[in-house]
Amino acid sequence: MPTRTGATRTGSSNLAVIDQVHGLRRVGRYSILILMAAIVLFPIYVMVVGAFKPANKLLVDPLLPTNLIFSNFGDAWRFGHLGRALWNSLVVSVLITVAQVVTSVLAAYAFVFLRFPLKSLAFGLFLGTLLVPLEATMTVNRRTMENLDWINSYKGLTVPFLATAFGIFLIRQVFLQIPKEMREAAQMDGLGHFGFMREVAVPLSRPTIGALALFAFLSSWNQYLWPVLITTDEKYNTVQTGLKALKQGGFSQPNVLIAGTIIIALPIFIVLISFQRQLVRGLTAGAVKG
Amino acid sequence: MTEALTPLPTVIPGLDRKTARRRRKSDRGKYRLADSGLALLMLGPSIVILGAFVIYPLIKAVFLGAQRCSVQGCRDTGFNQYVDAFRSTQFQNALLVTAKYALITVPIGLVLGVALAVLADKYMRGVGFFRTVFSSTIATSVAVASVIWFFLLNKDVGVIASWLGGTAQTPGYLNDPGTALWAVSASSIWANLGFTFIVVTAGLQSVPKDLYESAYVDGAGGFTRFTNVTLPLISPTLLFTTVVLTTRAFQSFGEIDLLTSGGPRGTTTTLTYLAYGNKMPTSGDDGLRATISILIFLVLVVLALAQFRGLEKRVHYAN
Repeated sequence: MPTRTGATRTGSSNLAVIDQVHGLRRVGRYSILILMAAIVLFPIYVMVVGAFKPANKLLVDPLLPTNLIFSNFGDAWRFGHLGRALWNSLVVSVLITVAQVVTSVLAAYAFVFLRFPLKSLAFGLFLGTLLVPLEATMTVNRRTMENLDWINSYKGLTVPFLATAFGIFLIRQVFLQIPKEMREAAQMDGLGHFGFMREVAVPLSRPTIGALALFAFLSSWNQYLWPVLITTDEKYNTVQTGLKALKQGGFSQPNVLIAGTIIIALPIFIVLISFQRQLVRGLTAGAVKG
Repeated sequence: MTEALTPLPTVIPGLDRKTARRRRKSDRGKYRLADSGLALLMLGPSIVILGAFVIYPLIKAVFLGAQRCSVQGCRDTGFNQYVDAFRSTQFQNALLVTAKYALITVPIGLVLGVALAVLADKYMRGVGFFRTVFSSTIATSVAVASVIWFFLLNKDVGVIASWLGGTAQTPGYLNDPGTALWAVSASSIWANLGFTFIVVTAGLQSVPKDLYESAYVDGAGGFTRFTNVTLPLISPTLLFTTVVLTTRAFQSFGEIDLLTSGGPRGTTTTLTYLAYGNKMPTSGDDGLRATISILIFLVLVVLALAQFRGLEKRVHYAN
């Protein structure tokens, strides 16, 4: 995924010698790569082939595209109410993503460019919430949702995730790199805080904001336990709980289940392929010494 | 993870000591009233959300964990409930299952991820294709990965099950107490491989190439270069990945829910499944759920601290 060409990383001729692999070793390396790729792709391949087979023919040439039918996808779409599930997931994920970007940028700005009392205490508290796993808070949060009558609602699915310490922290780290002198200069030019945020801070941090957006979208799209806990009505199934319903419903043909899985996995696959770079940046924030 | 906490160095090299001193002095100064109001406005949304859905429920859960609840309501049972729950056979079993699960998935996942990343790090034609393939499982959610592996392993139509002859006579890999945890592990290792691959690849790219060059000039072979140059330099990445993978193993829920429902005979009842799964002793009892979830939190904190303490010493941070 991370693209890099030999030309950009080398820069001296010696390196090319180590980097280039020749002769037999090259053949060996390619063989191992191909073998590993085949192993990693195997489950996906079997799934795709199986999705086109009738239930009673699944074990007849499981690896070859024979006895193909197309009805599985239609069945999965109807029985799993996947249209509804995809729509719900889209609404929930977009709401969470937009909100997280806004709340993170605002909070990060305050922590970097404003002076106010109890700043370090507030920041410490925010950071501390990073350590708290969702599991520890979910029971009480579900009770809160019951009290607010937010079970089976978009509010219940989104509101607890509209702000995260991770996002605030990530954006704070890039805002810190903006020289304070730039803020002072902007101030002399009569630019207020919101103007500076809009004209300078946010544009300078666009790659990281993109990474945060993608990360927020992915994690809300992939949520499993929370939707299971606070939705009981099929109308509010997300794609993940829709898959659970499709698997556990009275009707459970594996080929239809797998066709449904493909329908659900496809959009995220496309999103990821389009935003590879942001993803890498988001995942590696904190992983690699900067 | 703490790595991310260190502020990045200031960008302007020309910023001298005088400026720094001036800045420090002005930082010490009085707060501006306008700033404070604006700060409250900007922090407001985050304070409300994090306060209401992280800090409040955490504190509340500690007290709820000293109660037993049913449809009628909750009654106090005292903080001994934490000790009792920790000592209970169910919790001990879940702790053991989770530890086993982590001990299977983390080392295998890490070794595979590093091996693939190193393999695909050489400059060869078509290596971009392999990178995309190895990263691809990042696109599968826990639910999607679990259904795929359910499809491969279930005894009726599973391809792997039928190849290995596990269909007719045995209960199937997902229902056999001897294999169920391994089956769930296979799904999880595969699903996490993309993440590990991407992170380790990024780590490899940050290794300065001239180090390889000098090692090469000094006559170090490929394996020596790997153990003496690559490994020490990507050790911060490896520490981060280990902590994330371990945490994920301890929080596993979806794969258990979809593949085995905690069975057979409790062999896949992990800690999180014990707290939130169907037909668990905690079902319908928010008090006991809170007890278990606070205990999971404590276990995770202890574990993360232990990993950082134990591994940090061996981690090499470049200056």
